[in-house]
Amino acid sequence: MAALLESLLLGRIYESQNFPFKFSKEEFVPFVLNFLWDQSSQALTHGPTTPAKTPSTSRSRRSAQRPSLGDFMTSPPEAQPLRTAAQRPQEEWGVWWVCVRPSDGNSRCCDGGRRSRGVGRNEPVATKPSRRINPTPVSAERPNSKPKSCFTSTALSLPSSPPTRPESAGAKLTAGSPLSLQEERELLRRERSELAQQTSSPLKTTSAIRTPTKTVHRQGSKVTPDLQSPCPDPDKVTQKSELDLLAELYCTCISENLVPCVFLELFFMLQLLTSRGVSVSESLTWETDCVYFSVRVLENQLVSHLDKCTLRLLSENERVGTFSSSLRDRLAQAQDSCTAKVSVIPFQPATDNRTNFSSDRAFHTFKKQRDMFYGLLREWEDSHKEPGWDFEAALGSRVRTMVSQLTAAGSHSHFAGLFQKQLIQMCKGPCVLGSSNNAPDADLLGMLGADSLGRLKHLQQCLVQPQGLFGPCPPPSFPGHQEFFKHFLQTASCCQLNQHLKDGLCQQLLKLDEVSILAPDASPALGEETGDGDMEQQVRKQRFSTVLLTARLLAQFLSFISFLPYQTTELPSRDIQDAAITLRSKSSPVLDVCAVLRSSVHRRRTILTVHWMVEFLSMLDYAGPFLSCYRTALCLLLQIYKMVLGRGGELCYMNQLLMVAVLGWLFQIPIFPEDLFFSTDLKEEVKELEDITSSQGLDTFPLVDQQLLYTCCPYLGEFRKLLAAFVAGSTSKSGGLIRKITPTSAPVNSRSFWPCRPCAFFHNQPPSLRRTVEFVAERISSNCVKHIKSVSHHLVSFFFFLHVNPCKSIKMFSSFHIFLTLCVVGLCLCWSS
Amino acid sequence: MSICLCPGPLIDSGVKDKSVKRMQICRAEYRVIGRFVEQLRPTRQCMKTLQTQFPHLPPSTLLSIFSQEYQKRMKRSMARHHAPDVIKEYYQRYRSEAKTRPAAPLLLELANQVDLSPALLARLIVECFLEERQASVGASRHVLNNMLREPYLIPDLLLAKHVEQCTVNDCCYGPLVDCIKHAIGLEHEDLLRDKLRETHLSFLDENQLRAKGYDKTPDIILEVPIAVDGHIVHWIESKASFGDDHSHHTYLNEQFWSYCNRFGPGLVIYWYGFVSELDCQRDRGILLRDGFPLDIVTLCQGPARGRV
Repeated sequence: MAALLESLLLGRIYESQNFPFKFSKEEFVPFVLNFLWDQSSQALTHGPTTPAKTPSTSRSRRSAQRPSLGDFMTSPPEAQPLRTAAQRPQEEWGVWWVCVRPSDGNSRCCDGGRRSRGVGRNEPVATKPSRRINPTPVSAERPNSKPKSCFTSTALSLPSSPPTRPESAGAKLTAGSPLSLQEERELLRRERSELAQQTSSPLKTTSAIRTPTKTVHRQGSKVTPDLQSPCPDPDKVTQKSELDLLAELYCTCISENLVPCVFLELFFMLQLLTSRGVSVSESLTWETDCVYFSVRVLENQLVSHLDKCTLRLLSENERVGTFSSSLRDRLAQAQDSCTAKVSVIPFQPATDNRTNFSSDRAFHTFKKQRDMFYGLLREWEDSHKEPGWDFEAALGSRVRTMVSQLTAAGSHSHFAGLFQKQLIQMCKGPCVLGSSNNAPDADLLGMLGADSLGRLKHLQQCLVQPQGLFGPCPPPSFPGHQEFFKHFLQTASCCQLNQHLKDGLCQQLLKLDEVSILAPDASPALGEETGDGDMEQQVRKQRFSTVLLTARLLAQFLSFISFLPYQTTELPSRDIQDAAITLRSKSSPVLDVCAVLRSSVHRRRTILTVHWMVEFLSMLDYAGPFLSCYRTALCLLLQIYKMVLGRGGELCYMNQLLMVAVLGWLFQIPIFPEDLFFSTDLKEEVKELEDITSSQGLDTFPLVDQQLLYTCCPYLGEFRKLLAAFVAGSTSKSGGLIRKITPTSAPVNSRSFWPCRPCAFFHNQPPSLRRTVEFVAERISSNCVKHIKSVSHHLVSFFFFLHVNPCKSIKMFSSFHIFLTLCVVGLCLCWSS
Repeated sequence: MSICLCPGPLIDSGVKDKSVKRMQICRAEYRVIGRFVEQLRPTRQCMKTLQTQFPHLPPSTLLSIFSQEYQKRMKRSMARHHAPDVIKEYYQRYRSEAKTRPAAPLLLELANQVDLSPALLARLIVECFLEERQASVGASRHVLNNMLREPYLIPDLLLAKHVEQCTVNDCCYGPLVDCIKHAIGLEHEDLLRDKLRETHLSFLDENQLRAKGYDKTPDIILEVPIAVDGHIVHWIESKASFGDDHSHHTYLNEQFWSYCNRFGPGLVIYWYGFVSELDCQRDRGILLRDGFPLDIVTLCQGPARGRV
């Protein structure tokens, strides 16, 4: 494999030529990914930003990881049996896992179960770590292991092996040639033996004790800027042609969806871009190569759809500027978003008055329930961020009292309805984004603020949320207000309520999945004027984003409630799990996921269905992915990812991007079985997916914009953090970059305006009124546009005539006057609607 | 509705004064008033003293504050006055004095001496009187209330006269005060409706809401919301009293939060003012005002001046 790559890089193989080696794509891709990371990890290792601040815990992190690399490199690559992702070292999962989610003990998938699971499955690997000789598909553990490894290796290798460093840097310069590989193998072998000694030292601690404080500490350490490091010079790139080829290869892998998570790769590229050598002379050229490679890849990839702040940081990054001015120029659009204040579910006499209840008692109980529920919600809002606050301790008994009253009065269905509506109202859309944004901002602050580290640390600790993120593939979480609803359900643990909720959620979810988005109410309008774009498209986009955000929320909660009974904090042993699978295979699942998925593919509605399906599947319990229905669904998603999305073309670009992002995320979170992605036995589904019956569907319309992308994938904000961290390290040169960080204050001065006009107006009105108004407004505006168009057409011809034949035109003046009036009226109507 | 008795012209004082005098009082100032009020009795004389002490506040506001503070005081001393032997002693004292000097306002004097509301004292005495007369039959509440409302139903004419004196001279308790409070409440609700009509705002009032089967009914629900000071208002509750900590928290739990939970953000008008620190739930959907807002922004016309 390596030989193939080497010869490829040396230009010995051309596309048309017959390969001397036979490798399947499934084997080659992981190899390439590994290769890239192996080559570059040294660069990341040299990061100057963490001198001596390395927490002791990371030693074990390193020891878990490095030997596998060394082993891999020492064995002759050609002879080495390539393994699939299934055999990747499992400890790494565990380690990164714990690092990612250091504190949230409540979340089902972050409690170290992952680690034990891996060990349980791969006994031999776990017992003999030093013998692992598989090419670890790096994508599996990269997001965090990379930053980790750089911290660890500076701490470890600086004192222990100073002489090897220049060599290693030198080796990088000629990366790709057989000689350099040989050298590197040697180097790694040496390093491994050193590591072996260190691993056995008593200092070894598990990374499980890594706490948020530690993370803060580490981030704080990044603040030390490396003032002397000169900027890499694009003219000094040593292996231009090889790097170009490699970049092309890599880009193909990404664009063909051969990598599990595209954004992980992008994250990696940004890491390379922002990598820094410790000492100037040694690593500058190597760094230059890395940056060159990264910029080449970035030029070809999806960067331009990242958010404003990221793009700004990226375009202001001096390296991007010097290496590719065209890339820098392309990085220049932005979009803003605004958030709306949450409100309560209004009382509707039609559905909520006495006639809707079986008894007076039920009616009056529900009256109290509503107030109690909102009381709990308010108290949670007020206090859940206080340190040491605990849902169970603070609200547990009140929740249970309330639920028991519900049971006594038998009004579960009403409460379930209220609960569901309130959930949707508070948690769909930008609210979630807003609240989860706090954490990254806090991180940014920690990285950018240079002076009073202690105060910043304290500030950050105050701001740290349970779902503090790191890396572009965070585990599934319940951000913002969702946390309240989740805790409420857990605390209430009321089977009647859960059942009613499941019914309601499932019903609404499937209804949303079917909902018509393309031609809101009147289909002829769309057909006759395909070009009248903007208005229609804007309406469509908005509708879609509402539906999508609601659907994914419902799916997540439906899945949460459905799999709640099966959730375990510890990974069950294989036997128990097998027994559970047998037991559960007989009962019908809450949702026929495969049928829904297939039908969505046939009707070309994958952009909607796949997205909420990902949310649904991300909440599976340990045994879930092994149940046939869910496994098939996962395989289907894989197929969609590799086959349908990989080909592109029919799908709109942003639609595709969103799907790639969420699917990539699913493939990286721990619940996704590791062996699935690179396995080849999924072909039979493809055919089925190929016969697409309907020619037009949601998928072919541009429905996704950047705002929606970021709302759905808040983890894309990680790019920004990475770039900001780099800025913090290069203040001296780029002058006042840091000064551009503006404090994000609460949105003021909505005072004089109507805050959220339409929402407020419709709040207490029956939903039918809203639908009616929307319909009327839509029709009026559409007609207006038509009128204005025709008027402008006439105007143009009028002026044309005026130019050609003034006399005749004067006669036309009267009709022109009419046109003008029409035009004004039309515009007025437009504004008023 | 919790309303205080205004001596003299009932309604107008509050509304007229408002434009001139400040009615939002900070908590510290409220405490000063509260302490001063401690020593006062519910008499006209005392009301005058209060007004001279705090001339910058409208008399109606002062009365409302006094009334609420006095009610708190009465509740605190309830146990002391309602012990059976104490009641017996009051009754004996009244009886013996009634024999010696029947023309004097005996019950008023006694109430003043023991620091009990005259109307409450009258109630205790009539209760004893009834018990004494028909020892076998427990005096029914209904009969008792009727006698207090219409003192000349009391068989003992002298007692009737004394009870009437109490009812008339007590500005915090008694059937007359209840009646006035109720009237003031209605009056202000009406005032609110008038203002809304004047400003051309469409609304549903309490009775219409009740008919529709709403489980909680604020005084007004606006059919088209307005914005006041940048906050949306869906409902309006009129309170013809002063909003102090105690009453506001009771209202919050029993009414305001419930309205918020059903109809979204709204406005509470404390016509006689409130403790300014209490207006801290604006972002949560409860806005406090001491009169009909002048800075209403409606949905279609943008900022407009209310005509008051």
